[in-house]
Amino acid sequence: MKITVEQDKCVAAGQCAATAPDVFDQREEDGVVVLLTDDPPAELADDVRDAAAVCPALAIHIAHWTPRTTP
Amino acid sequence: MSDALTGAATSGTAEVPEWPMPRAEGCPFDPPPALRELTAERPLAKVRIWDGSTPWIVTGHAEQRALLGDPRVSVDERLPGFPHWHEGMAAAVDYRPRSVFNSDAPEHTGFRRIMTKPFTFKRVEALRPTIQKITDELIDAMLAGPKPADLVEALALPLPTLMISELLGVPYEDHDFFQENAARGIAHDVSAEESMRTFGALNDYLVRLVEKKAAEPADDALSEIAALVTSGDISVSEAAMMGTGLLIAGHETSANMIGLAVVALLEHPGQLAVLRDTDDPKVVAGAVEELLRYLGIIHGGQRRIAKEDIEIGGEVIRAGEGIVIELFSANRDAHVFPDPDALDLRRENARHHNAFGFGIHQCVGQQLARVELQVVYGTLFRRIPGLRLAEPLDRIQFKHDRLAYGVYSLPVTW
Repeated sequence: MKITVEQDKCVAAGQCAATAPDVFDQREEDGVVVLLTDDPPAELADDVRDAAAVCPALAIHIAHWTPRTTP
Repeated sequence: MSDALTGAATSGTAEVPEWPMPRAEGCPFDPPPALRELTAERPLAKVRIWDGSTPWIVTGHAEQRALLGDPRVSVDERLPGFPHWHEGMAAAVDYRPRSVFNSDAPEHTGFRRIMTKPFTFKRVEALRPTIQKITDELIDAMLAGPKPADLVEALALPLPTLMISELLGVPYEDHDFFQENAARGIAHDVSAEESMRTFGALNDYLVRLVEKKAAEPADDALSEIAALVTSGDISVSEAAMMGTGLLIAGHETSANMIGLAVVALLEHPGQLAVLRDTDDPKVVAGAVEELLRYLGIIHGGQRRIAKEDIEIGGEVIRAGEGIVIELFSANRDAHVFPDPDALDLRRENARHHNAFGFGIHQCVGQQLARVELQVVYGTLFRRIPGLRLAEPLDRIQFKHDRLAYGVYSLPVTW
């Protein structure tokens, strides 16, 4: 378990895509969150945690995630 | 109005203060001192509103986020005990169709999905050049005109109005009509009759526009909403309600943020220099978040009602009790923002403000607002470094009596 998103809960505020655009995108037709990678590199860890914290629908979850370091 | 005069008091305790409360004289950027006293040591308290009822008022940042994200907390304005903003809102309750504003999940989710498409981060970013162009043209026109100028009329109101009009496909030439009705509709002192009249006028206008877009679709958001009427997914009145909501929220709020921020920045020249002297979009974006936090233009309190008993902040909110979420107070919560009354454009966690609300009802248009504000603040002081108030601060009229705080007009010179 790493990063997961709940599309059913998402309200398309766009906070995640604005905070960590390499990790989160939005569906074209309704803005619902799309997870681009569930295991982003370590340098994005702060942005990912921030994105989860500012998500108004609490639709982003981070569990047992040790960000991988770039080889 | 006191209890003795209205005879509306039902609970025994006499010490429940009236809401809304006035801000301190000469301190236009800070929350009401009486509210701070009331909630200094606790994140929730009781207040008395216009109808004599005594809802909870919630000021703590963590408590607001918990309640705004709690499915036991409802925006259903038809529930008995709902703490309406004013008499007009209460009187017109049965005439307002269901919308994102007054429905809970899962009904809310359906409405919200329809409205969000034009406001994704990427689509709004793609509008940045247009927003820049309009901003530059409005500043050109102001510079070419007489001094002093009213910044609200010259820039703060037309920029977001032009943008939301273009995005929705609402003719900008009708702006006097919808700006006026929107402004009256959200005034605190509006009578029930006038509230119904302004809402009715805007609603009729949007119904006609939705019908027109259904017949002759164009490349705009209202045409996409109208297509759902044609396909039978939503009713005309639901579509009109969405259009009305987007139109009002899309121009009134950003306009207030522009006008009020200019006053605040001119009063804090050291902070203004941070914005004026940077080309770094990250610095500008951070400054916008701090201004959203510091100014707190949504100050009347978001209205909710508890559907079940909720334990929070050392209190129990009972099922059926009203809840007023005073977003601005949370932005000054020292548990989250160190030295909260200081305007600090480089504040690291400014983006954790509640200026756009929280939970499933958080502002649909927030990314558009952000880009508009980033462009305006970033451009205005670079293009007019000598911009200054044309009247002393104590002559500026602030919107104490409106749901959104701001300035009525802003005389500036350069």
